[in-house]
Amino acid sequence: MSEPTLIMGAVAYAPKVVTIWEGFKAFFVKNGLPFDYVLYSNYESQVEAQFDGTLHLAWNSPLAWVRAERIARSRGQQVQAVAMRDTDCDLRSAIVVRADSTVQSLADLRGKTIGLGALDSPQATLIPLDHLRTEGLVKSRDFQVRYFDVLGGKHGDHIGGERDAALALMAGEVDACCLIDGNHLAFGLDGTLPSGSTRVLARTGAYDHCNFTTSPGAPAALIDRFVSLLMAMRWDDPQVRPLLELEGLREWRAGRTSGYALLERAVDDEHFYDGDGRITNPDYRY
Amino acid sequence: MAASPTPTIDIESLGLDQGALLLIRRALAERPVGGELRVRGQSPDWRMHLEAWCRSQGHPLRFETAEEATVTRGPHAEGRWLGAQSTGFAQGDANGAPAEDAAPGWGLAARGATVEAGSPPFFFALYRRDEVWAATAGELYRQAAAAQWDPGTAIDWDAPFDLPLAVEAAVVQVMTYLIENENAALLVPARHLGQIHPHFREVLQLLALQCSDEARHVEVFTRRATLRGHQPALSTAGGQASLRTLFDAPDFSVATFLLAVLGEGSFVNLLNFLQANAPDPVTRQIARLTARDEARHVAFGMAHLEYRLSVQPDYQARLRNAIEVRYDTLASTAGLNEEVFDALVLLAAGELSPSAVARGHAAVQQLQRDMAAGRRARLARLGFDRDEAQRLSDLHTRNFM
Repeated sequence: MSEPTLIMGAVAYAPKVVTIWEGFKAFFVKNGLPFDYVLYSNYESQVEAQFDGTLHLAWNSPLAWVRAERIARSRGQQVQAVAMRDTDCDLRSAIVVRADSTVQSLADLRGKTIGLGALDSPQATLIPLDHLRTEGLVKSRDFQVRYFDVLGGKHGDHIGGERDAALALMAGEVDACCLIDGNHLAFGLDGTLPSGSTRVLARTGAYDHCNFTTSPGAPAALIDRFVSLLMAMRWDDPQVRPLLELEGLREWRAGRTSGYALLERAVDDEHFYDGDGRITNPDYRY
Repeated sequence: MAASPTPTIDIESLGLDQGALLLIRRALAERPVGGELRVRGQSPDWRMHLEAWCRSQGHPLRFETAEEATVTRGPHAEGRWLGAQSTGFAQGDANGAPAEDAAPGWGLAARGATVEAGSPPFFFALYRRDEVWAATAGELYRQAAAAQWDPGTAIDWDAPFDLPLAVEAAVVQVMTYLIENENAALLVPARHLGQIHPHFREVLQLLALQCSDEARHVEVFTRRATLRGHQPALSTAGGQASLRTLFDAPDFSVATFLLAVLGEGSFVNLLNFLQANAPDPVTRQIARLTARDEARHVAFGMAHLEYRLSVQPDYQARLRNAIEVRYDTLASTAGLNEEVFDALVLLAAGELSPSAVARGHAAVQQLQRDMAAGRRARLARLGFDRDEAQRLSDLHTRNFM
C-alpha cells in the first residue's frame, strides 16, 4: 500500500501562490514526503475543510487560525500552529494621517473618517479598530470608517486594500488610514506615500501573522516530517531561495500562539466570529 | 583587552524611506554575521521603519534609547551569493578571447559579472567559442559602429540625372535583384543571432550591426528602384532557390562561409562594378557606401573561418562539402536570370547602341572574372590549395550570391 499523502490547504490570494506551492511540493516530494496541496479562494472554506477530513493542515492567516481554533474548541477537538515565517512574528500596524492634518492625537479622530483595509483584514482593519477601542474610540459611535474591501475572504493578504486606503488618504478622501508598518515603509519607497507626507499617529501592539494550522487528527508522523523539512530549508539554497523570497521570509520558525491575543479580542469586539467560530459579521462577503 | 566599541551610524533626520536604508545597508555589510551596528536617528518614523525592515531581512534589533538602536547582522544576506558563478573577464583572457564554453546559467549577464546561483538557464545553441568566434570580432565591431551612415543624408537623392527609359528599367531590375540578396544577407545572420550566447558579445554586437547595415541597404536599393516612380521588377525562382540554400545551411560557420566568404565577397565585386559603371550619380553613391559595409561583412566571415580552422583544421572538409552540396542543389536551376545579366550590360553600356552594348558586355565579363578571382583568393586564404580553390570557385552558384 502506498504511503498516505499529506494534504495542505492554501488560499490563492495571488497568482504566485501556485508557483510557491508547486515549488515546495517538488521540494517535499524530492525529500521523501508525499505532499499535495489544495487551493481555496477564501480562508473560510479552507478552515471548514479542516474539519471535514479534506485537509491535514492549512497555511492560515491569523484570522483563519482564530476561527479554526474556535471551531475545534467548540467540538472538543484541537488544532495546532506548527510553523510560521520569521517575518510573521511581532508585526505592528500604524494609524497614519497626512503630515499637514490638524489631527494630533487619536482623540482628534472623533468625528473623522478612517480608511481601513478589507473588512476581514487583521492588520489594516480588525487590530487597528481594537487599538482605537482600547483608546476609547469606537467605530460608528466616535468616528466613521471607509473600507477598502479588496478581495474578501483573503483576510487582507492582498496589499490592494491598504494601498487604496493610502491613496485615499493622500487624496483627502479620508482623514486617517491604517496599514502594516512594513507597508508604510514600502509605500514611502515606491512613492505611494511620498516621504514626509504623512505622520504616524499611533502604532498598535505587536501581533503575529500566518501559521501552518494542523487539522484535528492530522497524521502526526507526516506533520513532523513536514515541519522538519520546512526547518531544513535554507535561504542560501538557490533551489529554495526564490520560493522563500516569493513567500516573504528568510527562515521558517516553530509555530507559536502567543501573538494572537489582540486579534482574538478584536474578533469578539467587532463581532466577526462568535465563540464557536461561526461568522457573525452580516456584511462579510467572500 | 578592552572590547572594540560597536560601530555607530548616525542617520540624523534622514528617513529610511528617504535614502537612509542605503547608509544602514552599507554600514551593516561591513559587519560580520552576528556583529552589531548601532544606529542613531531622529526622523519621525525611523524606529518603525527600522523595525519593519530588520524583520523583513532577518536582522535582530533592539532599541537602547529613543534615539538609538542596535542591529545585529543576520546570517541571510550572504546566502544569496553562495555558489555564485563567475562569467570570466569583461575583456576576455590574456589573448582577449572569451571562455571556451559559455554556461547556460550565465544567461544574459554581462561577461565578467558574478551570477547568483539558481539563475534560470538560457539554452543558446551557439555556446561554444569555436563555433562563432573571430580574433578580430571586437575590432570589426568598433569599425562597424564608426562607419554607420544615415540613408537620408549620406546620399544626394535629389542629384539631377536623366536616363533613357530602358536604362532606368535596367537600374530598377538590378535594384530588385539586390534587394532580395540583401534580404538574405539580413535574415541569415539574424536567424543565428538569437542562438548565440551573449558571452560572445563582440560577435553579437557585430552581427547586430551587420543586420542593421543590410536593413539600410534594403532601404536605399528600394528608394533607388522607386525613385522615378517605378515598382520593383522581376524575381526568379532560380535566384530565390539559390538564396534559400543559405537559409538551409546547417550551422553558423557553414552559413557564414556561403553567405559572407562566397556570396558577399562576390557582391563586393558587383557593387564596385556599379560604382564604376552605373549611369546615374545616385546609384553610384549607393554602391560606394554599401560596398564598404559588405567588405566588413566579408572580413568577419573570413576571420571567423580562419579562427575555426586554426582550432579545428578538419573543418575544411565541411566547407568543401557545403559548396558541393549547394552546387548539386542548384544544378537544375537557371542561375542568374537573363534580365539581371542584360540589365548589368545595359547599365555599363548606358545606351542601346551596338558599340555601347559591346562595351557593357565586356565590362560584365570582367566582373565575372573578378568575382571568380576573389573567390579563389579567399578560398586559398582558408587553406585550400590552388587547384582545389579553382574547382570550388567554379562550383559557386551563377547567381553571384
